[in-house]
Amino acid sequence: MIQTPRTSDVELGTEAPPPEAPRSPRAIRWARRRRALSGFWRTYRQSRMGMVGLVIMALFILVALAAPLLADKTGLNVSTPPGTPFESPSAQFPLGTDDFGRSVLDLVIYGSRISLLVGFAATAVTMLAGAGVGIVGGYYGGRIDTLMNAFTNWFLVIPWIALAIVLTSILGRSLFNIILVIGLTSWAGTARLVRADTLSVKERPYVERARALGASNWHLVTRHILPNVMPVIFANTVLTVALSILAETTLSLLGLGDPRNVSWGGIINDAFEAGALSAGYWWWLIPPGVCICLVTLAFTMCGYALDEVLNPRIRER
Amino acid sequence: MQSRRYLLRKVLHAIGTLIFVLAFNFVLFRAVGDPVKLLTRSNLRLDPKEQAALREELGIDDPLPVQFVNYVGDTLRGELGLSFTSGRPVSEEIADRIWPTVLLVGSATVLSTVFGILIGIKGAWRRGSAFDTSSLLGSLVLYSMPEGWLGMILLIVFAGSLGWFPTGQMESTDPMTGLAHVGDVLSHLFLPCLTLTLGYLGEYAIIMRSSLLEVMGEDFIQTARAKGVRDRDVRRRHAVPNALLPTFTLVFYSIGFILGGSVIVEAVYSWPGLGRLTFDSIAGNDYPVIQGIFLLFSAAVILCNLLADVLYGYLDPRVKEG
Repeated sequence: MIQTPRTSDVELGTEAPPPEAPRSPRAIRWARRRRALSGFWRTYRQSRMGMVGLVIMALFILVALAAPLLADKTGLNVSTPPGTPFESPSAQFPLGTDDFGRSVLDLVIYGSRISLLVGFAATAVTMLAGAGVGIVGGYYGGRIDTLMNAFTNWFLVIPWIALAIVLTSILGRSLFNIILVIGLTSWAGTARLVRADTLSVKERPYVERARALGASNWHLVTRHILPNVMPVIFANTVLTVALSILAETTLSLLGLGDPRNVSWGGIINDAFEAGALSAGYWWWLIPPGVCICLVTLAFTMCGYALDEVLNPRIRER
Repeated sequence: MQSRRYLLRKVLHAIGTLIFVLAFNFVLFRAVGDPVKLLTRSNLRLDPKEQAALREELGIDDPLPVQFVNYVGDTLRGELGLSFTSGRPVSEEIADRIWPTVLLVGSATVLSTVFGILIGIKGAWRRGSAFDTSSLLGSLVLYSMPEGWLGMILLIVFAGSLGWFPTGQMESTDPMTGLAHVGDVLSHLFLPCLTLTLGYLGEYAIIMRSSLLEVMGEDFIQTARAKGVRDRDVRRRHAVPNALLPTFTLVFYSIGFILGGSVIVEAVYSWPGLGRLTFDSIAGNDYPVIQGIFLLFSAAVILCNLLADVLYGYLDPRVKEG
């Protein structure tokens, strides 16, 4: 088994430096990063689950980026629909049409942009808030930690759906608010995880050595704590994207989605409201759900694979 | 002594969390949002005189600390205000809807826990077998599915096309008594319960599997095997009881998520519970009801977490020492 060394191990020189002419510190740093990355990739590639997830994920990201090439945006305007309402799948509309006569395939293609955007942006909010609170609390300890930990525990207990409903209905239904609300309701789990890891990292000898050499708190946190907590944050990030996309779907299904930026969840909600259940418009209902399922599955699979690569303890089992 | 202090600490923590939730709710609805302005967003129309009367009645122009004390007092007495849409007290609206939700969420929790644990055990014990691989994949797929969507698909297939089950509500329109009534409710319960069960089964199976795999690597399992204990008894007496703990607590901790899932599933199946009430209140901007449900859900989850902590302390004495 190939071990992926934590950055500090490399810094301490457990791996022999390549016998080359002296280079600038910058070049050495980059060579080290390249080496770590290729070692990481070699291990990751062995996980079939991780590779399948990565391929699906890449496919959907590609579709989202290439949406203007794949679908005609004017056809998504309710006043200029290309077809008649409720057409079942045909050569012209492979996934049929919705209640305005818009192509469901085009809606799903453009919906991928909204769903993925919310997934990534909400994850960014979660990670910034969660990692920030976790590292500050874990690193400084004492009263700050007690306060932040109590705050984290409170947020962990409040049922996210109730909080999200309350917040969205007060703040209003926009893309920005949805991202904010998902971030606000999911940072606590990350904070707890990061805090636990920070507590163990800060007790390591090299942190003490750096402090003895006169390193400032800022230097210790950014150069020693953060890089070593990073693996935990990274695997958690990928899993959080999956959860955020599911959370956005839930909010959209509750009718709390942004009506101007229709996500996959929004398409399902539109279909539901238009009576697709009793009329049996399966072509309108099934594709967006399958997309959500596939993307969530892809991110979850990548997250588990990353966890295995980054935590050698699990891998040995 | 140790255990009583542990219990006391947990109860105090639960009470603290409850106070935090109350304060949070107050800040959101009174300090950030003006209730009268929120009211005008709902379907209820008021002229300026009525608005002034309402401001007076709600005490909105009092200083915030006074408002907070009044608010906490009212909440503790169960006075949660009047629904904007029906005009009835929120506490009554909620009380009417509790039991259907308890029935649905309770049965789905029990079923998903039992089947999740059984699948997890079978997979972990024969790690890498065809059953293990396929159940792991199936669990991941179920975990990735939005419950609401799964509910819609099941509804179209089993209630729509096949017509095996009713499409919604909790009972048929013509009244029935005795066993016929029970059977009627059960046939209405089947699909929503199946949806929620499938939605959470995957997660529990995955947790049980990894928790059992961890236990199987422990020394005492090897000791048991070395003593010559039969494979079945190693599993039943040594491995599974130790692996059950984390799974059970996870079930308690995830009650909040199941309640969340029930909101959409109830809306899809017109199940007359709290979830359906939540869905309708969101659509009608009925803030007092949304607030009341928020409080109730939070209190239920806090209570479940407290139960989980107590149960954990009881089942695993090591926790109390720490």
